[in-house]
Amino acid sequence: MLATPLAGCGGNWQSALDVYGTSAISLKHLIILIVAVCSAVWMLVMAALIAALWRGRDARPAPAEPGRERRLTIAVIGAVVATVLIISTFTIMSFIATRALTVAGQDDLTIRVRGLQWWWGLEYVGPDPSSRFETANEIHIPVGRNVRLKLEGVDVIHSVWVPSLAGKQDLVPGRPNELTIRAEHAGVYRGQCAEFCGMQHAHMALLVIAETQDDFDQWAAAQRQAAARPPDEETAAGLQTFLAKPCAACHTIRGTAAAGTSGPDLTHVGSRRTIAAGLFETTRGSLAAWIADPQTIKPGNNMPMVPLTPDELRAVSAYLASLK
Amino acid sequence: MAGVLLALATALAGCQREERQLRLDPPIADALDKIALMPNRISGAPPDVYFVLGKPYEVNAYNLSQGKRLYAWFGCKSCHGDGQGGSGPGFLDGWWYYGPEMVSIFASIRDGRPHGMPAFGDRMTTDQIWQLAGYVQTIGSYEGKTAAPSRNDEKQTRPAENRAPAKLLFDEGPSPVHPDQGPTP
Amino acid sequence: MNRPATTTGMRDIDIARTKLTGALAETWTTPSGFWGALATVDHKIIGRRYIFTAFVFLALGGVLAALMRIQLAQPEARLLGPDRYNQIFTMHGANMMFLFAVPVMEAVAVYLVPLMVGTRNIAFPRLNAFSYWIYLAGGMLLWTAFALDMGPDVGWFAYVPLSGPQYGAGKRADIWAQMITFTELSALAVAVELVVTIFKQRAPGMTLDRIPVFVWAMLVTSFLVIMAMPAIMIASTSLILDRLVGTHFYNPAEGGDVLLWQHLFWFFGHPEVYIIFLPAAGMVSTMIEPFARRPAFGYLGLVMALIATGILSFGLWVHHMFVAGLPRLGDSFFTASSMAIAIPAGIQIFCWIATLWDGRPVFKTPLLFIIGFIVTFVIGGLTGVMVASVPFDTQVHDTYFVVAHFHYVLIGGAVFPLLGTIHYWFPKLTGRMMSETLGRWSFWLIFIGFNATFFPMHILGLEGMPRRIYTYQPDLPWHGLNLFISLSAVILIAGFLLFFVNVIRSARSGEVAPDNPWDAPTLEWATTSPPPSYNFAMIPVVGSLHPLWSERDTLPVADGLRTDRRELIVTTLATAEPQARDASPQNSIWPLWAAIATTIMLIWSIFSPWAVVWGSIPVAVALIGWFWPKGTPEDES
Repeated sequence: MLATPLAGCGGNWQSALDVYGTSAISLKHLIILIVAVCSAVWMLVMAALIAALWRGRDARPAPAEPGRERRLTIAVIGAVVATVLIISTFTIMSFIATRALTVAGQDDLTIRVRGLQWWWGLEYVGPDPSSRFETANEIHIPVGRNVRLKLEGVDVIHSVWVPSLAGKQDLVPGRPNELTIRAEHAGVYRGQCAEFCGMQHAHMALLVIAETQDDFDQWAAAQRQAAARPPDEETAAGLQTFLAKPCAACHTIRGTAAAGTSGPDLTHVGSRRTIAAGLFETTRGSLAAWIADPQTIKPGNNMPMVPLTPDELRAVSAYLASLK
Repeated sequence: MAGVLLALATALAGCQREERQLRLDPPIADALDKIALMPNRISGAPPDVYFVLGKPYEVNAYNLSQGKRLYAWFGCKSCHGDGQGGSGPGFLDGWWYYGPEMVSIFASIRDGRPHGMPAFGDRMTTDQIWQLAGYVQTIGSYEGKTAAPSRNDEKQTRPAENRAPAKLLFDEGPSPVHPDQGPTP
Repeated sequence: MNRPATTTGMRDIDIARTKLTGALAETWTTPSGFWGALATVDHKIIGRRYIFTAFVFLALGGVLAALMRIQLAQPEARLLGPDRYNQIFTMHGANMMFLFAVPVMEAVAVYLVPLMVGTRNIAFPRLNAFSYWIYLAGGMLLWTAFALDMGPDVGWFAYVPLSGPQYGAGKRADIWAQMITFTELSALAVAVELVVTIFKQRAPGMTLDRIPVFVWAMLVTSFLVIMAMPAIMIASTSLILDRLVGTHFYNPAEGGDVLLWQHLFWFFGHPEVYIIFLPAAGMVSTMIEPFARRPAFGYLGLVMALIATGILSFGLWVHHMFVAGLPRLGDSFFTASSMAIAIPAGIQIFCWIATLWDGRPVFKTPLLFIIGFIVTFVIGGLTGVMVASVPFDTQVHDTYFVVAHFHYVLIGGAVFPLLGTIHYWFPKLTGRMMSETLGRWSFWLIFIGFNATFFPMHILGLEGMPRRIYTYQPDLPWHGLNLFISLSAVILIAGFLLFFVNVIRSARSGEVAPDNPWDAPTLEWATTSPPPSYNFAMIPVVGSLHPLWSERDTLPVADGLRTDRRELIVTTLATAEPQARDASPQNSIWPLWAAIATTIMLIWSIFSPWAVVWGSIPVAVALIGWFWPKGTPEDES
């Protein structure tokens, strides 16, 4: 009702069957193989069932022939042996498939992913402190490189899952986990929290944007910068409102006095494709709608409804949209 | 049978206690902001709407637990600790400069107080201030409140809010919370 | 039977056959009226109540499912908010697992097992009455809370920290946890009764290899209950302690562990699935015989498969935690054990097909449900094999694929046999046949509606739709299938409504049933439909696995039991040789008082730890009243 369709990468952009990540591709092969074998097994069993029912339709009492029970026993044992063989194969296959999944090393690009009710806090961890920066809900990665996600559950258990790139992994409080993703193709992949985490579990999405190394470097460089000064009068008024109203108590905009940490970092919110953890495409209008009444749009989330005059709302949304 | 009776008995309170009011209509929020304070800014009366709503910030479990989050998010801990005090006064000792009434707590948070308590009126919404006030009141409670939140998932420093943390003071422990507080009331 | 010289009292051989039934009825029949109904310990009356209550909870859970399907039929629907939706899906899961699936299987066993093993009442009949009242109280606690907007909203699995003290505001999670205590208490009570009934009260001659497969299934299930339920009771009790008195079982900062909850929960939660499935498998093995018109193929294999499933079920709980970040090698072990459970499941499927292959099937409604069961359960089993694979699971865990999988296992694997069971044993319960026409219609509606509802969920899961979301955004490609699923659910609901209509109509005005309408071979068909209060005028003596087939008209009986007090025969464990005559307790109101006292204590303990101290006093009083000698003939040793 509220969201406008986003320009995805064409086709399905959150699917375990429409895959662009190294591990998702190998998982898809495994899935298709196992599903195919299982379907064949089901059809065989059904064929046997139908034949069994068909055979006995005529109500003639079966003649007591010797060895019938024995033949049945042999058939059943044969079927059981086949079952054993199939599941043993599956077990070995899944063991091999697990081992074959690439695991990123210490030197790979590392992103600290924090799961919070109901958004994703991201911190790009570089070799030196100056290259670190924070963002939220939108991960950019270079294509063709292993990326290490260090997963931290902050409040409750969440689970990060970008099906087109990799399988999921839980973010458990008190128990750091890791996940390696690697995109084979450039594109925008949607992911979503997969572990029930409370009221707004349904609206806790994240985007992964895989781009060329150059684009990525350019993006990262831009993200490291503090927020630009407001370009015009309206946005300047927006910044003033942002700082004067409760907004700044929860959100950080680097380069300004806003340094709250209980909400997402908004330093470059205008450059992100979506707001409110994947709920809307970022536009001035959607920002205004979101700020005006967050509890109707995403009931139960932790952003309060801040009373703003129409002018203030216009200014704040213009300012946030300008934070490219 | 008995389950129903007992459930019904607790239900009357329960209904009110568990309902989650996620969105406060702006006119109600405005009305809730209009508290009447005594001239010395201690004690007074909440607006009528507060009673019409059924004192939601004292009896509603969701509001109290949201208040607990706000306590952490808005840095209350940096001065008041977990209620034991720090550079700001503690809440566990039962000796509150401005008394334990909701309006006084609300006014303290919204408008600030002399000697270092900043005003949060421009950093929090009315709804949030009430939630936080309700939570702060439970920290200083001598009696466990069933609606109050329980312990945090962190190091324990005092009994949880639903276990009457302020009672700690009157139990003889290895070290009193406020050694200079004098005889117990 | 040998007759000890010192016994007194009226024996069944001392009186004329015609007067025998009258004398037995006088001793065994529950007095009519309100207090009689409350004080009864007749396993048939309690079993019927249990079954009825469980089906009421099924209907209520179905209403919740319908609400969820209306909500999910379109993206960003606003029929339900997240708060209500979370309560609803939690209630649906908790209700269906704890208030319907497990109790209904035990309820059927409470009714049938004493009849199938040829005894006059279940062991510990007063405990049985207590168990029903406790179950009822637990169910009412949950539903009353839900009606008051304080229903649990943390999922039927209630993972901490979401359900823990910091994030689970109010008493919602406590109500869930205490509901667990109620239902586990009742389940444990029934399990103990069933084990003792099956081990010690079988009709003379019913050696271990002559026990009907359903009774075997209930024996294995009862052991599963006894071994699995303590884990969840520990878990839920420590959750309440964490929330109420601030203990730190699940607090990582104080040395607790968040994953401890998951281990404890699934150590119970996985056997739970088999606690539901094994009785259903037993029902199929038993029902298939009259409809295939031959003994079930591979009795030994079927029984061994049940036992093997029971043992294996304790070794695969970790497959619910494959993405929680446990060591990979450990995960692989659990892949192997999860896959291995396909072997006993396979053995049973193949045995049933072999039975049909060699038999001459009679296509009555119960057989239709058995066929529907095989078709759908094999799908559920195969998707179970899929999610047992760690890499596969990382893509489908917590998605609608899993929702589809376990509905195939639970509805396909347990509810289909259960519905067949109702059609099959309905004449025994009520003395009337169910309508065959309505039965067929409801079968086809349920079968088609079920598959159309749940099969597409596999695809939704692979397309990336997570579970437990109250809505989804319109830009995700799920709305078409979701609408289709919601529409299909209408067919499924219609099927269930038709089933309920059939039950009610047939109970009132169905065709009167003979004693053995299906020409079935097991003992419960040797008595009248419905059975008299004493079950059997003379306890049958069993000479084979299919007593009513091998000795159709001349079933031998044992005599020597007293008629002026409730007596039954105790037999040896393995060979079922008569050991003693034992008294079976009289009706008593005390189990009800004990249940009320326990209920008060348990509910109160959500609010104050002192409830355990003060609340235990009425419980103790009730127990003293319960066990106080009343001077009835049954009290004589």
